[in-house]
Amino acid sequence: MNIITIEHISKIYQVGSEEVRALSDVSLNINKNEYVAIMGPSGSGKSTLMNMLGCLDTPSGGIYDFKGKNVSLMDDNQLATIRNKEIGFVFQTFNLLPRSDALHNVELPLIYAGVPTAERRDRAREALISVGLEDRITHRPNELSGGQRQRVAVARALVTNPSIILADEPTGNLDSKTGEDIMSLFNIIYEKGNTIILVTHEEYIANHAARVIRLKDGFVEKDYQVSDRYVPVNNNSSL
Amino acid sequence: MLRLILIDILEGTKISLKSLTENKIRSVLTTLGIIIGIVAVTTMSTAIVGLENSFTESISRLGNDVLFIDKFEWFNTTDFREARNRKDIDLDQFEKLKKSFSQKAYFSPLKRTFGRTVKYKSKSVTAGMILGTSNYYEKTSSSIPEKGRYFTEMEYEANRNVCVIGKDIASGLFDKDDPLNKHIKLNNTKVEVIGVLEKQGGGLFGGNTLDGQIILPLRVYEKITGDKKGYMRIDVKLNDIRQVEDAKAEIRYLMRLIRKVPLDQPDDFAINQQEMFRRMYDQTIGVVATAGIVITALSLFVGAIGIMNIMFVSVTERTREIGIRKAIGAKRWTILIQFLIEAAILCLLGGSIGILISFPLSLVINQFLPTAMPLNIVLLSLSVSALVGIVSGMLPAIKASKMDPVEALRYE
Repeated sequence: MNIITIEHISKIYQVGSEEVRALSDVSLNINKNEYVAIMGPSGSGKSTLMNMLGCLDTPSGGIYDFKGKNVSLMDDNQLATIRNKEIGFVFQTFNLLPRSDALHNVELPLIYAGVPTAERRDRAREALISVGLEDRITHRPNELSGGQRQRVAVARALVTNPSIILADEPTGNLDSKTGEDIMSLFNIIYEKGNTIILVTHEEYIANHAARVIRLKDGFVEKDYQVSDRYVPVNNNSSL
Repeated sequence: MLRLILIDILEGTKISLKSLTENKIRSVLTTLGIIIGIVAVTTMSTAIVGLENSFTESISRLGNDVLFIDKFEWFNTTDFREARNRKDIDLDQFEKLKKSFSQKAYFSPLKRTFGRTVKYKSKSVTAGMILGTSNYYEKTSSSIPEKGRYFTEMEYEANRNVCVIGKDIASGLFDKDDPLNKHIKLNNTKVEVIGVLEKQGGGLFGGNTLDGQIILPLRVYEKITGDKKGYMRIDVKLNDIRQVEDAKAEIRYLMRLIRKVPLDQPDDFAINQQEMFRRMYDQTIGVVATAGIVITALSLFVGAIGIMNIMFVSVTERTREIGIRKAIGAKRWTILIQFLIEAAILCLLGGSIGILISFPLSLVINQFLPTAMPLNIVLLSLSVSALVGIVSGMLPAIKASKMDPVEALRYE
């Protein structure tokens, strides 16, 4: 099933009097239960594309169709609703609320979705348990290790049952061992039928994906299925 | 939809409380501006209400259906020195006026002198005012004896040595004893106390004088004080307030006739009314009140600027948090309300503390002016402080709600 269809989208920023073409002409489809890595050197437009895919920004030209809805024409509040219900974000810098505990951080998207208190507590707790943090529920981010913080972020991304998980350099701030744990977590999420889009510039991270899209200078340079995808050993107790 | 708004408000309140308690010193200092503003405004309003009450209480003693015929205008339109040289009103004029006036009315003549000593046995006090008048003064002045009675027409005509005294005289000379039928000494003349007036209280003009007064039949007064020729006033209490303009016209006509004022000359007397006090007062107090409220409102305004300033700081500091919230689905409205609530809580806090401070202050004011902080001032100042919060939080909150999530997430 087709989740995302992008046709000839472009993004042009106005920097002073100069126009900067971050995306020139990109077309791609992403289907349900795909595991896609978007790769490219800095300046290739991968951050811009990720913002586009994550509905954080709208394209200057072209069509972005998300499950039959035209995102290009949406206003701020409609975009917020799409992000809330359809997209789970995992960021390089975790982006947790520093003053809230793990449970509240995971609850947050459900609050904005208007889920009743008791239900959202339960769902947030379940999500934390599913990423192996059952004994860290009331800890604040500064009481957690990097890997644990990223797990909280993953739980937050999963809690709304979104159509896609969008991970931007999710291992960029982690040591390689912890990074590998997170990647193995993503693998489990993928195998459970979720759709994952991974933005990275590391080849060995991209190797976890089933499909790689390489960007260069605002164009899609290559878009191919990975034949010998790296499947990490499952060292996560749950999920 | 309503549910979502409620959730937003609830969540916004939680976030605000958290943020405010985490920046305690900052919150307290910001609130201080609002506290000072609210204290200033409520205290000022309470004082103005007190002034108003006090004034109304004072002039209500004059009665709005009473005309005061005097050689002076109370609020001078003529030269005071010219008026001083006018001939005094006398008892003869009083009798003529009373006889000729066609409406039903009470007339009383009035003479007075200030600061005489009055004695009872070994005790002596200074009487604030000694009045010489007729038995109808009870009607024209609406001052009612609390104990005993006024002198009668017979006692007035017969020049009996009787008097009605104010509350302070009674307590000064007799302490807890019953003053009735006791003889006090005025200028070595014995006068029997037949009535004690009820307490008039502290008014704007001469409440204390009224409590320290001694009222005598006019000729007894003249004999005791030696004030035979001087100033006299005629008080006329009308039966029908609707006839007041007719009455004034008639009195003017009669007085000109009685005082033989030539046709080409202006009146050499004035017909005064309580209403003139009111007009004068409204003008004066209007200016004072407006100035007072404007100046104190300025301090509230300064407090509001403080709130706005700190909210801008708060929004900038939390740019990244705003980015995170927006990325995971917070709408503009949600962010807007979060910051509005924070500003409103700051101000409401300031307002409540302000009221807690100004309430005892109003009790202090109450020692001088009859007032209590009215509930509507409390409610008004609470709403005003909430409003101040919302208004001064509006610009920072709009700034926060319009932030681009991509930019905000990138903010360090």
